[in-house]
Amino acid sequence: MHALRWWQKGMVGVSVAVLAFLYLPIVILVVFSFNDSSVTSFPLAGFTLRWYQAFLSNAAMLKALANSLTVALFATAVSVIVGVTAALALDHFDFPGKRLFQNVILLPLSLPGIVTGIAMLNFYKQIGIPQSLGAVVIGHATALLGVVVSQVMARLAKLDRRVLEASADLGAAPLETFFKVVLPAIRTSILGSALLCFTLSFDEIPVTYFLTGREVTLPIYIYSTLRRGITPEINAIGSVIVAVSFVLIVLSVTLLRDRK
Amino acid sequence: MSVQRRQRFGAFAALFSVPFLWALVFMIVPYLVMISVSFWTRQFPLFVPDFQFGNFVQIFSDPQYTTVILRTLKIAALVTLGALALGYPLAYFLVFTVRSEGLRNLLYMSVIVPLWVSYLLRAYTWKIILGTDGAVNSLLRMVGLIDEPLTVFLYNQTSMVITLVYIFVPFMVMPLFAVLSNIPKALIEASEDLGVGPFMTFWKVVFPLSLGGVVAGATMTFCLSFGDFVAPVLVGGPDGTMVANLLQSQFGAALNWPLGSALATLVLVLVLAVLQVSSRMDRAGRVGLG
Repeated sequence: MHALRWWQKGMVGVSVAVLAFLYLPIVILVVFSFNDSSVTSFPLAGFTLRWYQAFLSNAAMLKALANSLTVALFATAVSVIVGVTAALALDHFDFPGKRLFQNVILLPLSLPGIVTGIAMLNFYKQIGIPQSLGAVVIGHATALLGVVVSQVMARLAKLDRRVLEASADLGAAPLETFFKVVLPAIRTSILGSALLCFTLSFDEIPVTYFLTGREVTLPIYIYSTLRRGITPEINAIGSVIVAVSFVLIVLSVTLLRDRK
Repeated sequence: MSVQRRQRFGAFAALFSVPFLWALVFMIVPYLVMISVSFWTRQFPLFVPDFQFGNFVQIFSDPQYTTVILRTLKIAALVTLGALALGYPLAYFLVFTVRSEGLRNLLYMSVIVPLWVSYLLRAYTWKIILGTDGAVNSLLRMVGLIDEPLTVFLYNQTSMVITLVYIFVPFMVMPLFAVLSNIPKALIEASEDLGVGPFMTFWKVVFPLSLGGVVAGATMTFCLSFGDFVAPVLVGGPDGTMVANLLQSQFGAALNWPLGSALATLVLVLVLAVLQVSSRMDRAGRVGLG
């Protein structure tokens, strides 16, 4: 490796600083979750597990956690079913308004969640659906549809058309071709986007904020606790969420990456 | 219609009806309902169907609203610039300076993974870092640099910009990494062989070819930070109210859904406009690539 020039060294410095900027806050969150003090300040007061014990014995927090897991599970299932059919239809057929339909489905990816939440709240109010976890599931599934559609479509675009024709020529029915040829080729992209949807739904705030009723999800519970003040209990549950999300996302990114 | 065409149409209808009905009922109709409610009037405590522009007039004439809209535009712009300033060198470093493919992939992964990891908690950590008794202040006090906690960091616009830049840097790196990876190394070598210095090579060759990524990253960052409501609540102060907080209050304490819907409609229109402009610029950029 040849020597770096001064401006390249500068670039390395900046990059290392930015990487540190991305990870230091997470490290601080985890460190303070084990800190034996009710304030989050230095010097550190010693190691403790009591903040983890505190959230494990907090019934309201555990209920919210269970709600979040249920919502994320159902929202992911709906997103995947609707998203994969959408991706297949968009990939296989040409029809009038195709681009428009695609743009509509992808819109929530760049539209602040708050707008989607407000639109659905207005709609539910008009047709008389009460605010509830079920309403949240529909909201999440809709907002996350774009994640599945974009990832699965990207994988479908790489599929060799000739293989599909060969399958048809050899007498396979369309459904058989789907299950034996298409599905195995897009399986990892479906799994990867499902993991992403699950993590995003589990963490979602803006849509949930407007659609949830008396039952709350974990992020909403944390959000409303934080408005009153900081408790180290949040650092503990936060560290667990960050750790689990991290694993799920690394898995997801690995599955979604193109294998050349 | 031939049998084959009819079969093909049947397959299309079966496949397409599911996502089409879903998108129609749960996206298009709700957006249309929201837009129509934005023309309603409020006759406390009811909202009455109507067609008048009073809500929009109020948003644009009442300084209470215009101040917040302008502030949100300013903060979103600052966040976009900040994320670009941090994200560009990082993306450039990953693509051109890191020689090993394995290390590059590992580093790239470690940059984009935080993007999907709990948004709320990543905003929240800045509350414990920048707070009066937070990590920064207590550390500075511990080493004896300050006696009184600094208040410059928390509950103001600076803390909000820092927090949002932190959240959106990976959004910037992702498209930049993609476009920079696609630039043929031969172009840069050719430029250097012709005796052009590194800065002019960057300015004349690399930067113009990366504009598509700049536009894509800036669009996402601007649109999403414009509508953020978590950072203002956690680290923003009294002068940190953003459009999303106004929206929250219209559907909460202020209880004025028509006005709130009008405001949300404006955000929707703004985002659509930005997306439109950026897709034009992106296309223009691609034509430029030849």
